[in-house]
Amino acid sequence: MNILVCISKTPDTTAKISFKNDSKEFNSDGVQFILNPYDEWYALVRAIEIKEQVGGNVVALNVGGSDTEAIIRKALAIGADEAVRINAEPTDSMFTAFQIAEYAKSKGFDLILLGKETIDYNGSELGAMLAEYLDLPYVSYASSLTIDGSKATVQRDIEGGVEISELNVPCVISAAKGLAEQRIPNMKGIMMAKSKPLTVVEPEGFDSKIQTIGFTVPPAKSSIKMVDPNDMDELVRLLSEEAKVL
Amino acid sequence: MSSVKTDQYQHHDYYSIDDLLSEDHKLARDAVRNWVKKEVSPIIEDYSNRAECPYHLFKGLAEIGAFGPSIPAEYGGGGMDEMAYGIIMTELERGDSGIRSMASVQGSLVMYPIFKFGSEEQKRKYLPKLGSGEFIGCFGLTEPDHGSNPAGMITNIKEDGDSYILNGAKMWITNSPVADIAVVWAKDEQGIIRGLVVEKGMPGFTAPEIHGKWSLRASITGELVFQDVRVPKSNVLPNVQGLKGPLSCLSKARYGIAWGAIGAALDCYDSALRYSKERIQFGKPLGQFQLTQKKLAEMITEITKAQLLAWRLGSLANQGLATPAQISMAKRNNVAMALEVAREARQIHGGMGITNEYPIMRHMMNLETVLTYEGTHDIHLLITGMDITGLNAFS
Ligand SMILES: Cc1cc2nc3c(=O)[nH]c(=O)nc-3n(C[C@H](O)[C@H](O)[C@H](O)COP(=O)(O)OP(=O)(O)OC[C@H]3O[C@@H](n4cnc5c(N)ncnc54)[C@H](O)[C@@H]3O)c2cc1C
Repeated sequence: MNILVCISKTPDTTAKISFKNDSKEFNSDGVQFILNPYDEWYALVRAIEIKEQVGGNVVALNVGGSDTEAIIRKALAIGADEAVRINAEPTDSMFTAFQIAEYAKSKGFDLILLGKETIDYNGSELGAMLAEYLDLPYVSYASSLTIDGSKATVQRDIEGGVEISELNVPCVISAAKGLAEQRIPNMKGIMMAKSKPLTVVEPEGFDSKIQTIGFTVPPAKSSIKMVDPNDMDELVRLLSEEAKVL
Repeated sequence: MSSVKTDQYQHHDYYSIDDLLSEDHKLARDAVRNWVKKEVSPIIEDYSNRAECPYHLFKGLAEIGAFGPSIPAEYGGGGMDEMAYGIIMTELERGDSGIRSMASVQGSLVMYPIFKFGSEEQKRKYLPKLGSGEFIGCFGLTEPDHGSNPAGMITNIKEDGDSYILNGAKMWITNSPVADIAVVWAKDEQGIIRGLVVEKGMPGFTAPEIHGKWSLRASITGELVFQDVRVPKSNVLPNVQGLKGPLSCLSKARYGIAWGAIGAALDCYDSALRYSKERIQFGKPLGQFQLTQKKLAEMITEITKAQLLAWRLGSLANQGLATPAQISMAKRNNVAMALEVAREARQIHGGMGITNEYPIMRHMMNLETVLTYEGTHDIHLLITGMDITGLNAFS
């Protein structure tokens, strides 16, 4: 089974978030980047597990500048067989989906896996756009995936239950919690990653259809106000005058 | 008290030493840190409390690649450089000195001498099994009456056909009661120190456990007792004679300790820093009082100095240039630093600092062993003294 896993970098969860360039751009100064957990823990690990079961090849792909090679190497250390970097800033989901589709369309992947979202922009858009560009079936938020021949059985958690669907490969599936269990790379994997191929390809031309107007940080959380349980009038006053929710 | 808390440890790198490390080093560090958070932190207070060794971690340590990370991969090691080995030791000891000791002994004191001084056959026979954790090894140098002065050892071997007959006893041996093999140092009939691999089950060989330790409680320690043990000649390490055999292993392990101790210090500092922001007294967080700031500021200063010392030592070791005396200086400085940091961190935690709600007392008690084993604090000072004056103050 020939599997493509799309991986992305995201700021570490403890990073301090700020913006620059007239609040149009994320300020990455001093920010530590990590491999997006949904890509790493679930999509990539499940891809490796499937490969271990039925054989094949796992390619980790990232759209990004050379600064993302650290996270690519981590994917290789965890167990991807090879990596591809499309040398472009992933400015928006459509641009990114287009680039991945352009690369993937002639490669005959049986399965394309990616995280359900990145933990920075939380867009959850890429999978659907990619499937559309490639004209492939798509299931999002998979919490379980099994492959039997050319049939993929996918489970996703929905409000009050689970939904199980069957589809034929090739297909695109986005990974949610539960799809696999995080694998910590070991020293052997880290050393082997050095000799695995990393191919850099140049992006195709694409006119971005989205323009970023600006970002703002959410208002700082205010401190908790304690209200005496016998003073309901004060609670109502605070809710209507200060919180302005009544 | 309940001791299962999430490990909230955060990265501390005041002098951007990360910039001096390669991507592989950082990957290795993050991997081991994740492993420790997942496998060690949730259980270590409990095991330490009960003075029990979490044996199941041997397999995990092997899987992550913590045994002999700088031994070539074809012999069951990780094939990494000395800097990576040091970084891994820091992360393990951030979890617990006993867990780091498991890895130090297996990698530096058992796999290393077999790799360095063993025959090809011995290497093939033992190293892959040690690297994978299938075999646990121990290292027997110290004797009941010969600690700081191992050259005086009385454990001995006498030739008998194609075997040697081994007699004597070793004391304070990490992992000995559970070990499958022991690398033992003994004198031959000419009084020359030789290394040999003694296997569990050889008649006359026993390894009773030492109980009652208030330090390194999650690591098992014991004796090695040899009564006319017949050891085939093919088990003698052919390529070394004399005290330099065990001492070169110790250099390796001490190098790891110089890095490891920083981990224990970092964990104490990390906990104290967090506590100083959360704990309110006199209407202010502790961290706002000058005396607390002095403690925290001095801790991170000393940690940073130790990190730089370790980094430079690592660079020298990568080029094969780190001298035993340089390693002694780093081991001595960094362990004493860690103990001092633990004591200050303990004070910042107030009464809570003496409980197993926080890792401080465990690290502090562990570090008392680390200060003593692999050459005591004072012995390392004498090594530096001898190195700079050319005069021997040992005897
Ligand atoms: C938990 C634990 C695990 C250990 N694991 C191992 C192991 O796996 N393998 C192994 O071989 N050993 C191991 N050891 C032994 C350890 O290396 C020795 O304890 C150490 O070398 C000191 O020896 P000693 O305890 O006999 O102390 P001693 O040598 O008796 O020293 C006592 C004190 O006298 C001081 N002193 C000694 N000589 C001098 C001198 N010339 N000048 C000034 N001061 C001096 C020392 O610094 C020390 O403070 C372990 C020890 C412990 C506690």
